[in-house]
Amino acid sequence: MTVLFGQLFTGVSIGAVLLLIALGLALTFGQMNVINMAHGEFIMAGAYTTYVLQQTITGAGWSLLVALPVAFVVAGTMGVLLEVLLIRRLYARPLDTLLVTWGVSLILQQLARDVFGSPNVQTRAPDLLTGNIALPGGLTVATNRLFILTLAVAAVVALTLALRLTPLGRRIRAVVQNRDLAAVSGIATARVDRTTFFIGSGLAGLAGVALTLLGPIGPTMGTNLIIDAFLVVVVGGIGQLKGSVIVAFALGVLQATGEYLTTLSVAKVLVFVAIVAFLQWRPQGLFTLRTRSLA
Amino acid sequence: MTGERLDGLRIRDLRVTFDGFTAVDGVDLDVAPGDIRFLIGPNGAGKTTLVDAVTGLVRATGSVRFGDTELLGRDVHRIARLGVGRTFQTAAVFEELSVLQNLDIAAGAGRSWWSLARRRRRIPDEVAEALTTIGLADRPDQLAGTLAHGQKQWLEIGMLLVQNARLLLLDEPVAGMSHDERDATGALLETVSRDRTVVVIEHDMDFLRRFARTVTVLHAGRVLSEGSVAQVQADPRVQEVYLGVDSGTEA
Repeated sequence: MTVLFGQLFTGVSIGAVLLLIALGLALTFGQMNVINMAHGEFIMAGAYTTYVLQQTITGAGWSLLVALPVAFVVAGTMGVLLEVLLIRRLYARPLDTLLVTWGVSLILQQLARDVFGSPNVQTRAPDLLTGNIALPGGLTVATNRLFILTLAVAAVVALTLALRLTPLGRRIRAVVQNRDLAAVSGIATARVDRTTFFIGSGLAGLAGVALTLLGPIGPTMGTNLIIDAFLVVVVGGIGQLKGSVIVAFALGVLQATGEYLTTLSVAKVLVFVAIVAFLQWRPQGLFTLRTRSLA
Repeated sequence: MTGERLDGLRIRDLRVTFDGFTAVDGVDLDVAPGDIRFLIGPNGAGKTTLVDAVTGLVRATGSVRFGDTELLGRDVHRIARLGVGRTFQTAAVFEELSVLQNLDIAAGAGRSWWSLARRRRRIPDEVAEALTTIGLADRPDQLAGTLAHGQKQWLEIGMLLVQNARLLLLDEPVAGMSHDERDATGALLETVSRDRTVVVIEHDMDFLRRFARTVTVLHAGRVLSEGSVAQVQADPRVQEVYLGVDSGTEA
């Protein structure tokens, strides 16, 4: 029971990281129909940002707190640069976008190797986030995983509220629903696109910060996660936040439980089999694209 | 209502080409300030493309001046903010947003990034006024997607009113409407044209006879005929390509 609970909680926290990554993909895909292969490298950027800040700011706790907004801005800015310099020019050409962003992804990985070296680096977790919290019944939760879960939940809530309540969110939803109508209503759609890219990429940066609490930082860390994140977006239903939330946690739990009961490789196979079976049943994903609603 | 001056539309040698096919082929068009101009013509005459070109949705060559301002070459949202508003052939509203939110988007398009981050509690005056004008004052919170077809078209016009459009380009505003809805739309056009210039693309001849002040007939991307309803109807070239069929069945 205790072990199973531990595995479940591990799964939920993995799901939380996946969710942070997938939210950004779902946003940019829903609004601009862009599949951004370089999204994983924004995660890496967020992780290395945490590493660099820890070198300059003493005190692991403070550097982590500072890293959250800084990583958001760093990754977000990279996203905006990518949008303005490349993606903007390829909007009607999805396949070209796929290849170009993949190329950018390789360039960024090599750049990380040149700057930080090929071997993985490690950050020191703040003392507050290294222990466990005991729950009644002999159950324990790891504080670092609890922190990640809180971060993801806060991000989802903030994003949902922003999309529903603020005029900026209303503009984003307007562009998602009908781009031409939004433009002739006087909305600067190019500017809304840039904002969306900033937010989506920034969320990947946050995921990068979260990942430094779970493992080493390396140039290819993003690539390993981006496949899972794409699975979340596809299974959840493209352009949908609700679907991504449910699927991210389901995938995390499935993966963690599978790993516990079998081995890492078998667990991966199980997850893929489950996804293939699910997509046979609902090819359009958990929620349909019909209305292209975001929130 | 807007308190701003009336401007006319002046189009010179407008050309739009899609992959070698010329949809608009050197159109000259003058719409006087405060006019209600109807654009008619057979399918493929280039009516909608002409409106697309004026609003910047398709690339065009030539010149389009609204008042003293050249529109060609500007971004779509810039043209919109200069006071050029349009509707689409299929009622295009943001279906997942409420009537009020639709109007808010149109009214707030020019507002600064900072003021966007805050929520407003009160309905702005111009939005309330537009709600009344288009007859939707009793249902501000209804989802636009659930409105009746005619109400959606009026909401579109309302969105143009709150964004302070001084030139309204309406693409088939009464298509699919009932008789009563057509009458209401016609009355709405007469109201809004008091301080605005209106251009209407329409196939409905009965609606045209009742509400058009002037008419331009397009055919194969060119202006075929222009004048009052009576003048255009009497033009033999028009009867040949277009009205010949229609006037026979409807008159």
